Amino acid sequence: MDDNNLPHIVVPAHLPSLQKSIAFVSSCAKAAGFDSKRIREIELCVEEVLVNIFNYAYPGDGGQVTIACRRGADGNLVVRIQDEGIPFNILSASDPDITADIDERQIGGLGIFFVRQLMDGVEYRREANRNILTLSVKPPAPPERSDRDS
Amino acid sequence: MEISKKKEKDVLVISVSGRIDAVTAPDFEKDLMESIGAGEKILLLLMNKLEYISSAGLRSILAIAKVLKTKEGKLVFAGLQGPVKDVFKISGFGSIFTIFDNEVEALSQL
Repeated sequence: MDDNNLPHIVVPAHLPSLQKSIAFVSSCAKAAGFDSKRIREIELCVEEVLVNIFNYAYPGDGGQVTIACRRGADGNLVVRIQDEGIPFNILSASDPDITADIDERQIGGLGIFFVRQLMDGVEYRREANRNILTLSVKPPAPPERSDRDS
Repeated sequence: MEISKKKEKDVLVISVSGRIDAVTAPDFEKDLMESIGAGEKILLLLMNKLEYISSAGLRSILAIAKVLKTKEGKLVFAGLQGPVKDVFKISGFGSIFTIFDNEVEALSQL
């Protein structure tokens, strides 16, 4: 699907774009009816993906990132993040050691770990020189049905 | 992000509100490092007004904790809630740091 048909923004791949990008995704999540805690989690995952792109996708020259939101047929909120930088599949990154103490602790990989832990779906593909990462989030359960969670 | 500080005996009580993200984390880290540079050794971070923290914020917290450890100081937390509490749990930070329910409990035990 062409992102031009979806609500989307295109931003330069650098840190000053972060707040605008998060605000865009946040407004999509809010419109989809998520509660504030889930919205913060969605913001967190999008930040982690974007910062990774800002830092590593375009060594040397700058580039752009396209962020698009839509509601899937299943009601999921789908956030698609595309760049034309070097190939990187976040699903191939190894999990960080989350048991190491203060001295041994490393932060590398933690952001990606958050994405995998907090999103309901994460899908990566490389297509025509683009990294295309799709995050999906199950719709909020209607409050009256919350006691039926299996 | 906003930071306010007060001294309670030997403890520097730091209340941080708003968001610690990749943009604000360097300011957060610099601010606390300045307090450590000025001789503060026991830092209590009150997080009850913090609505958001990303891995960039955790990176800063870890950097601060490492410096404090070399000075035989310590960094403890109180008032984690909502998504911030979850991030601490998922990252394992909840088990490497001392976390109190609230400021009163923390100050009574520091």
